[in-house]
Amino acid sequence: MITLDRVSMRFGGLVAVDDVSLEIHGGRITGLIGPNGAGKTTLFNMIAGRLLPSSGHIVLEGRDITKLPVHERSHMGLARTFQIPQEFGRLTVLENLMVAGNGEKGDSVFNAAFRHRNYRAEEEEIYHRARETLDFLELQKLSEAKAGTLSGGQKKLLELGRALMGNPRIILLDEIGAGINRTLLVRIAEMIARLNVERGLSFCLIEHDLAYVQRLCSDVIVMAEGRVLTRGTVEEVRRDERVIEAYFGGGKYEERA
Amino acid sequence: MELSGLAFYFVGFLIAGGIYAILCLALNIQWGMGGLFNAGIAGFFAVGAYASAIVTAASSNGKHLGGFALPVPLGLLAAALVAGITGWAVAKVCVRLKSDYLAMASIGIAEILRLVIVNEQWLTNGSLGIANIPRPFEGLVRGREADLLFMAVIWLIVIAVYVLCARLNNSPWGRTLRAIRDNEDSARAVGKDVEWFRLQTFVIGAALMGIAGALSASYFKFLSPAATEPLLVTFLVWVMLMAGGSGNPKGAIAGALLIWGIWSATEIFTNRLPGEWATRSSYVRMLLVGLLLQFVLQRYRQGLIPEKSPKLEFERK
Repeated sequence: MITLDRVSMRFGGLVAVDDVSLEIHGGRITGLIGPNGAGKTTLFNMIAGRLLPSSGHIVLEGRDITKLPVHERSHMGLARTFQIPQEFGRLTVLENLMVAGNGEKGDSVFNAAFRHRNYRAEEEEIYHRARETLDFLELQKLSEAKAGTLSGGQKKLLELGRALMGNPRIILLDEIGAGINRTLLVRIAEMIARLNVERGLSFCLIEHDLAYVQRLCSDVIVMAEGRVLTRGTVEEVRRDERVIEAYFGGGKYEERA
Repeated sequence: MELSGLAFYFVGFLIAGGIYAILCLALNIQWGMGGLFNAGIAGFFAVGAYASAIVTAASSNGKHLGGFALPVPLGLLAAALVAGITGWAVAKVCVRLKSDYLAMASIGIAEILRLVIVNEQWLTNGSLGIANIPRPFEGLVRGREADLLFMAVIWLIVIAVYVLCARLNNSPWGRTLRAIRDNEDSARAVGKDVEWFRLQTFVIGAALMGIAGALSASYFKFLSPAATEPLLVTFLVWVMLMAGGSGNPKGAIAGALLIWGIWSATEIFTNRLPGEWATRSSYVRMLLVGLLLQFVLQRYRQGLIPEKSPKLEFERK
């Protein structure tokens, strides 16, 4: 579904992502793990289009999207959530979802000013979709609340809902579980699994909690120091000594000591 | 029927207040909805004023471009077009800038426009200005009734601009704009072409500011580079929008009338001061308005009429 071909990202002297080639398969939930500073979020940002790679190519369903603007990737069915929630703070929860519904007619300024009948049907469809998404997220009661006033966990749910509103084929989840309580964590995991099974939606998620990754992902990519270290099931990568070394620092320091 | 002095003063107040209301509505589109910090309002206002003056004034005495004596509506159209195109050019260069940098860039651009207006005498007649700028329906009535008629025209235009702004505000387009204002990265991630929306916003706002400039030139029937004075346009309009409620078209009009009322009232007050103080009056008033803005921002951060998410027609009962 998404293919990375020798992708690198350099910030000045720092090589955040170093010559990475990999494939994210459609229909699966792929996990992306690795210690802090491994280049996971940088990789996400390049796939989503927020960063332009220093070199290499990114292909989404056969099309080279390396230089495609973010919004056009979104139209191609690529959605994402952010590590720190980036809600539209002064819009209501319902509006946050409706904005992401991507109505073409409603986003025309001419229709907005002179022909509001033109977008009414489309708007109604988006409205009902947003209501369904609120039901799915169990956020109905907060539909009229300003998104900026939500709790951290609710914002995470809203991020997921917003990603869903664009009818994507793959969603990149950047630490959707970070900083939220256990109950909600389990609920979100159930949602992701359901979306994957029922709608055939693909996910790629960055996560630190290995138990969480094990629960969801059949396929795990391990990154360290900007490179792909290994790939396989959670059991396989757990047994890999290089992974243990990368996570627990080990190696180099002990040798020197 | 003879209008009393006070009523006459009130008509003058509403004419200027209406022009400020249009400016405020325009700024509300740019800042209140779009989050674009335009600190060069006076520049677009002046461009519109000159565009209209050049095409509508009866004669130019051969000293500068103009003397086409076209009808006033064409003058308004020219003002909107030229100010809109100026806005487009500015936006093409500047909309990628974050808000504080855009503010600096727009101050600079307003200054460039001011210098062009002062120095390009073939175009604007420099500091001598352009005279005999007509008003709409001129010659229909005379004297004070003419002011009354002009006030009616101004407020009809204010209503039209308000309806436009309300429609934009209540539409999905406006919702997208507010989303971009709140979080640009997220807006991109959900598929919005942020630069395109900002360009449209800046052009619409600039065109409306140009129309306000044209109406102002019509009102005074004379236009000189004093019209580019940022104190009376940029600064006051910002205070008006902040006080009225940024993000709400009703608030924009309320703020324009309220602050213009206070501004006019302080003029009555400062005129009674002893001579040596009266000469400094405009600075004293500016100080007072500045203090008022401080008060508003401390006590009523969202302004008189805060932003409200529009109701959806098909909301479940």
